[in-house]
Amino acid sequence: MNVPVMYVIGLASVVFTIGVVGVLIRRNAIVAFMSVELMLNASNLALIAFARSIPGGDGHVIVFFVIAVAAAEVAVGLALIVDIFKLRHSIDVDEMSSLKG
Amino acid sequence: MLLSEAAAGAGLFRLAPLVIFLPLAGMLVNLALGRRQGERFTGVLATSAIGLGFVVALTQLFALQGQPEGAVVPLTRWIQVGGFQVDWSMQVDTLSVTMMLMVTGVSTLIHLYATGYMHEDVRLNEDPGRYTRFFVFFNLFVASMMVLVTADNFLMMFVGWEGVGLCSYLLIGFWYEKGAGGIGNALAGKKAFITNRVGDFGFMIAMFLTFWYFGSLNFQEVFHKAEAMGVAGAGVVTAITLFLLVGATGKSAQIPLYVWLPDAMAGPTPVSALIHAATMVTAGVYMIVRNHVLFDLAPFSSAVVAGIGAATALFAATIAVGQYDIKKVLAYSTISQLGFMVAAAGMGAYVAAMFHLVAHAFFKALLFLAAGSVILGVEHGHHATAGHGHGEHDPANDPGAHALDPQDMRNMGGIWRRMPVTFVVFLIGGLALAGIPPLAGFFSKDEILADAWLENRGVWVVLTASAFLTAFYVGRQLLMVFFGKPRTAAAEHSHENRLVITLPLAALAVLTVLGGLLNLPGLHALTDWLGETLAHVHPTEFNLRVAATATGLGGLGLLLAWIAYGRKALALGRPDPLKRLLGPVFTGMENKWWVDELYQRVLIGPYVALAGWLAETVDGRFWHDWFHDVVLAGSFQKGAGWLAQRFDLDVIDGAANGLGSLTRAAAGRLHRLQTGYVRNYALAILVGLLLMFGVILLIYVS
Repeated sequence: MNVPVMYVIGLASVVFTIGVVGVLIRRNAIVAFMSVELMLNASNLALIAFARSIPGGDGHVIVFFVIAVAAAEVAVGLALIVDIFKLRHSIDVDEMSSLKG
Repeated sequence: MLLSEAAAGAGLFRLAPLVIFLPLAGMLVNLALGRRQGERFTGVLATSAIGLGFVVALTQLFALQGQPEGAVVPLTRWIQVGGFQVDWSMQVDTLSVTMMLMVTGVSTLIHLYATGYMHEDVRLNEDPGRYTRFFVFFNLFVASMMVLVTADNFLMMFVGWEGVGLCSYLLIGFWYEKGAGGIGNALAGKKAFITNRVGDFGFMIAMFLTFWYFGSLNFQEVFHKAEAMGVAGAGVVTAITLFLLVGATGKSAQIPLYVWLPDAMAGPTPVSALIHAATMVTAGVYMIVRNHVLFDLAPFSSAVVAGIGAATALFAATIAVGQYDIKKVLAYSTISQLGFMVAAAGMGAYVAAMFHLVAHAFFKALLFLAAGSVILGVEHGHHATAGHGHGEHDPANDPGAHALDPQDMRNMGGIWRRMPVTFVVFLIGGLALAGIPPLAGFFSKDEILADAWLENRGVWVVLTASAFLTAFYVGRQLLMVFFGKPRTAAAEHSHENRLVITLPLAALAVLTVLGGLLNLPGLHALTDWLGETLAHVHPTEFNLRVAATATGLGGLGLLLAWIAYGRKALALGRPDPLKRLLGPVFTGMENKWWVDELYQRVLIGPYVALAGWLAETVDGRFWHDWFHDVVLAGSFQKGAGWLAQRFDLDVIDGAANGLGSLTRAAAGRLHRLQTGYVRNYALAILVGLLLMFGVILLIYVS
């Protein structure tokens, strides 16, 4: 059965918005991280939906790229977070403001 | 070979430049070596340089025998600008050769005399180091005179003209540290130079006019053009000749520019003889004669020339009567005699002018040199009575030693017994000057008077009166110097000079006696000779009435002089007998009619005041203080100050600093945006993205 593209896009928008809001309001770095993952997945979802409705396989390829980059980012990002935690014993992003001007 | 060429004539003309180069070479060698080689070397070299010049002049005389119309000897091209061209070439004709012979001949004798005179003089003046300098100037003087005489164009003549002016300055101021206030002689040299420059200015204007009007400075060319132009050029020729006359009044010491010549007596006596008899002062007369074509075309100028000459002759003669300085009497006499020559030239009697010029050179050189001999004798006498010989004289320890003026005739008297040779030659010269026959002065002066009788009776009267005065002051001088009793110890102990001094005197005395033969009435050798060069000359008939009048008046003058000064000799400290007789008139003569004072008041004083005013007020206060300091420097400073303060500091620096502080202020404000909070950045990104989408959406929709 065919689900219309708009439905999938709507879901992707909701998930992306949840991700954005999560990044903006949560102080926990890991949760913010997870919210970023939500945004990446939302965009992946939108890409897949469009890729299926439009002939040609370009969208699928880009999704693979995003997944690969996200995996790499998680590896680096988690490493950073673990290091910061070791230094500060906290993963509250509001306390990590030593780069302010 | 020389003789065969002399027969041919032309080849000898090529020797003419030597007449300039030999004296010049003598000068240069002396300049380089003289000081080291000593007096004998210097004197012999200088004298023989001029003597060889005389030999060259003689060769020219021979050359002219074969080719009496003369030749132009080109030496080099001098100036060429466009169509204008001046060659350095020499005009060898009977006129210039006459001058060459006279100048080099008399100068040789003066040089010879000077070798002895300066030897004594530099010692009496405690300055042996100057011997060489003297002869260097002396040779240069003759060389300059030769340039003047041989010129075939105005410009070359002007070079010589200036050369003799320079040398007269150098020689008149020879004892530059002596004289009144230590600068008297220097001032005399300066006066001669400046007065001559005034005349030279006239000469220069005449040259400019000539070039402007005729496009050439070559004598022959100008003369041809002027003659061809005839009446059309009369105005400009008159102007040129009048300006030439201004030049002549400077060099030949005529009214109004004669004032330098009496002061020029400050130079050593041979200088006086050279300048005032043989060279410089004859230049003006020679120049007028050389330009006779122009003067013939301008009757008005000629009349002015004659008038000035006659007036000068009489005026200077009156002053000569009242002088006491032995050389100043002769100086005013020279002015007076030059007046005779100029008057003759003005009347068109060019031959008579040249005849008197040559004869005067003989007897006036003789008189000057004899006067120098007297001065030396008196100085020797003075040194002998002051108790020491020459050479060891020290004026610092002996302030009274120089109180006696060895040139003041009132300090002399009775010298004929002490200095017989000097006396005899002085007597010959004096009688020639007084116009007593058969001496040279009689014939030459008489020819002028005879011409004046025919041409212009007014001039004749004035000149005859001058001749009478001449005889009187000559008699006065002879009697005061040589006769009566010695009035001072110095005069009593004077003694005759050495042969080197008396020999030239004797030679000049012979020339003075025989000089009249040059243009003896009836023979007219000089008239025929100069006739080759000068147009329209005619022999002047001997006029018995004129000659008898002049000679009679001359005799009367001498007689009157004897009555005043001879019968009862002037005693020391007594006033001149003429003073009682003539009263204020004699005071005027004594004081030279206050002409110098008049010039001082009318010309020099106002000129100095004007110069002072120009320097102080116009240049100093107005130009320097106000215009340069206030207007230029002040406004520049103000402008620069404004630019520095208002523009550079305020605008430029303000802009730069403003930019800096603006950046700093902006940074101060903006750095707060850098909170360091990740969520803030994320929010900013989000807002930015939303804005971008919004804009894109708006564009897309519309």
